[in-house]
Amino acid sequence: MIASIAIAAGFGLILIGLYGALTNRNMLRMVVSFTVANTGVNLVLVAVGHMYGRTAPILDTAVPVAEAASRIIDPIPQALVLTAIVIGVGITALMLAYVYRLHQTKHSLDISKYTELKW
Amino acid sequence: MIKRFTVILLLTGLATIFIGLALGYVPDGSLNQSARYYAENTVSDTGAANIVTAIIVTYRGLDTLGEVTVLFLTAAIVGLVLTRGAKAGKGKPMLASGELLSTGAGLLVPLILLLGVYVFVNGHLTPGGGFQGGAILASGIMLVLLSDPMKDFSHRLIAVIESVSGLVFITVGILGILLGAGFLDNNLLPLGKLGELFSAGTIPLVYSLVGLKVGAEFSSMLVNLSETEGS
Repeated sequence: MIASIAIAAGFGLILIGLYGALTNRNMLRMVVSFTVANTGVNLVLVAVGHMYGRTAPILDTAVPVAEAASRIIDPIPQALVLTAIVIGVGITALMLAYVYRLHQTKHSLDISKYTELKW
Repeated sequence: MIKRFTVILLLTGLATIFIGLALGYVPDGSLNQSARYYAENTVSDTGAANIVTAIIVTYRGLDTLGEVTVLFLTAAIVGLVLTRGAKAGKGKPMLASGELLSTGAGLLVPLILLLGVYVFVNGHLTPGGGFQGGAILASGIMLVLLSDPMKDFSHRLIAVIESVSGLVFITVGILGILLGAGFLDNNLLPLGKLGELFSAGTIPLVYSLVGLKVGAEFSSMLVNLSETEGS
């Protein structure tokens, strides 16, 4: 149940983020929209790895090694999402840096003013 | 108008796919084959209590090296894009930040840095690790920058921390080829007892280096972004 709610929320975030990225003309808002969509993708991935009634993949006295396979959730999506979050931060920083440079050239954040690559 | 319509049409199509996926989703009843392998063999292979850390640092260590490389490239490109012709913000007087912010920063920054180090040193035991700890370190730097935007950070020091930790990371990996079973093999140091700080072979060492490297990279991005202010 929790997994379904998280998956639905993640898909919703992806759609909201893509809608924002496609309809906004302000480049800063587009950057924020992309991070929202990114969060949605991460949420869906983590939710897919979730299993009802199980615990985090960390072994200690509460989760002994012998019972691990029947007590923990899937650790692979978590490792993937950890990677994805870090790369997401890098992408956001790059987008912000390019927005800054573009703003320096034309003193505008409106994407429709930048027509050099438009066909 | 037609543009907005196209966007809505596109998103409706995407939403249909998503609804189909969400309705057809059946949660797994048991772990799949690779997850089962990790659950059963992580302790005997690596000695780490946190399976996610074992996957990131040892099983998929090469991917982590690639990830750190991507971050390094990002930080380098941000520096390249932003610093060309910049430095205009220097010398311009700015309003002093508030008493609360500057006092709070002085009090909190050492504690934040300590928490970051704690998180990445204990990456193999607790939910934490190099990437999370590095981000916490960088948030401490960010608090310093908020309280004093004109503070002169030493780019050289950040670069030295980053390159030295990256170099030691790769050296540990190559030592694994020479002395152990393969690149980034963590059996160079004794595996120790499960749940202790000095256990899991080279995992704490490698993850601390990753933490320092990620912290230095995020800090250099933040410092570069902040130095463009006012220009």
